[in-house]
Amino acid sequence: MDWNTLAGQLFGPAHGLQAQGDVIAGTVSFDGQPLAVIGTTGHAAIGVQLALAQAQAVLDTVALHPGRSLLLLIDTQGQQLRRHDELLGINRAMAHLGMCIDLARRRGHRVLGLVYDQALSGGFITSGLIADACYALAEAEIRVMRLPAMARITKLKPELLDELSRSNPVFAPGVANYVAMGGVRAVWAGDLAAALRQALHDTPTTDQRAADGAERGGRQLAHSVVQRVLAAA
Amino acid sequence: MISYAECSARERIARLLDAGSFHEWLPPSERVSSPHLAQLGVPAAFDDGVAIGRARLGGQLVFVAAQEGAFMGGGVGEVHGAKLVGLLRRAVLQRPAAVLLLADSGGVRLHEANAGLIAVSEVMRAVLDVRAAGIPVVVLVGSANGCFGGMGIVARCADQVVMSDVGRLAMSGPEVIEASHGVEEFDARDRALVWRTTGGKHRWLCGDCDALVDDDVSAFRDAAIAALPLRHALTLEALQAEQALLARRLALQPEGLDGDSEAITLWQRLGVNDAAQVPALEVAAVRALRPA
Repeated sequence: MDWNTLAGQLFGPAHGLQAQGDVIAGTVSFDGQPLAVIGTTGHAAIGVQLALAQAQAVLDTVALHPGRSLLLLIDTQGQQLRRHDELLGINRAMAHLGMCIDLARRRGHRVLGLVYDQALSGGFITSGLIADACYALAEAEIRVMRLPAMARITKLKPELLDELSRSNPVFAPGVANYVAMGGVRAVWAGDLAAALRQALHDTPTTDQRAADGAERGGRQLAHSVVQRVLAAA
Repeated sequence: MISYAECSARERIARLLDAGSFHEWLPPSERVSSPHLAQLGVPAAFDDGVAIGRARLGGQLVFVAAQEGAFMGGGVGEVHGAKLVGLLRRAVLQRPAAVLLLADSGGVRLHEANAGLIAVSEVMRAVLDVRAAGIPVVVLVGSANGCFGGMGIVARCADQVVMSDVGRLAMSGPEVIEASHGVEEFDARDRALVWRTTGGKHRWLCGDCDALVDDDVSAFRDAAIAALPLRHALTLEALQAEQALLARRLALQPEGLDGDSEAITLWQRLGVNDAAQVPALEVAAVRALRPA
């Protein structure tokens, strides 16, 4: 979904948000309360500059508006694949973005992620996946990489991956699979404002994803392995 | 002198920590393996490529995880990631002097990509929980596989990063960048270029690692012991300072330079003397060059 359409459905046509380049950052009013919105559009590749732009917006919210809830809008093709960004330490810039979001959570800001278009690997791990919890629109796309590329790198037959992807969520792209694995807490459909309202109200602030993945059957071992490590003699 | 890069994960644990002090949780005898690899016809490992447990370092209790790069490039799958998360959560409860992560990983294991991606984000959150509890997390990077992808992000979430000059720390591997944007963008076979862009000396000069050591297990041990008392609280002020540092660096480096001049230009602008000589220098000499 186009970000402007999404913002209209969530906050009404006079939402006032604007995109500057591929970055969306601003404040809206939701149920009479200010809500900070930070994210990207245009399937942005997250390089050092875009990571820092988002981190700055998070830090400003924490510094100037203690406690204000944050909604992260996610549309990214993943990390920028450039030598220049690697030289500059893109992993450090992305870790910094993740730590800024984590700081907001620890200082009492409610932080929600919403994948409204597409989410891939590096661009996702330091945004929606480090929020209190991440949500997605049903038509969104989430993956690490496409099956043909995965087949090439793993040297596995594409037909085998395609077949397995029907039965095992760990192999296949898709929002439903991420829900089954606990990585996405729920799909938002229909009345999006109502979904946001509920998420602001009932999202847990601790990491429940492994337990959710076990309960939903999409990631059957992560939770029990964590528990076994905690209990090991 | 024993090469850290050439050691296996278990050899690193045995030589880095106090002799005989390692007690492993979920050892290979318990056969905690990936449930996803058999369907792909790929052999599993009874530790899923990571050893975790408690040990002593200089007499102090530490928790340690060592990734085994020889198994699937140290890739993080569902079980591998869960072992790391379990270790980190246990650290919050039992408060060792530090948690050491001996990284040797290309990042998310593509054979179980979705579960691996979520697992790495769980590791990130768990690392930050450990730091918030006042327990330092130290990442050691000096293996043949380096520390890439999600693990490259995890490393920069730690209190301290110790690297050797042969270690590499980055996000996307040069092969991935070359495949995506061509050999003109990044020639993955140009070893000098790869190390100037991602290697230990570069990371040291930029301040992306906190200690630069020779490729020697005892040098890593000494650096890890020195790191034990160091902790950096992740406050608003600390992250604002980090933001300013990274923004300054971005402004220093214009785009469009070629691979021959790019790293050296950045080092010069960071205030490194004799930047052009860096690739040929010994570790001890490079250590002295980092600008204040």
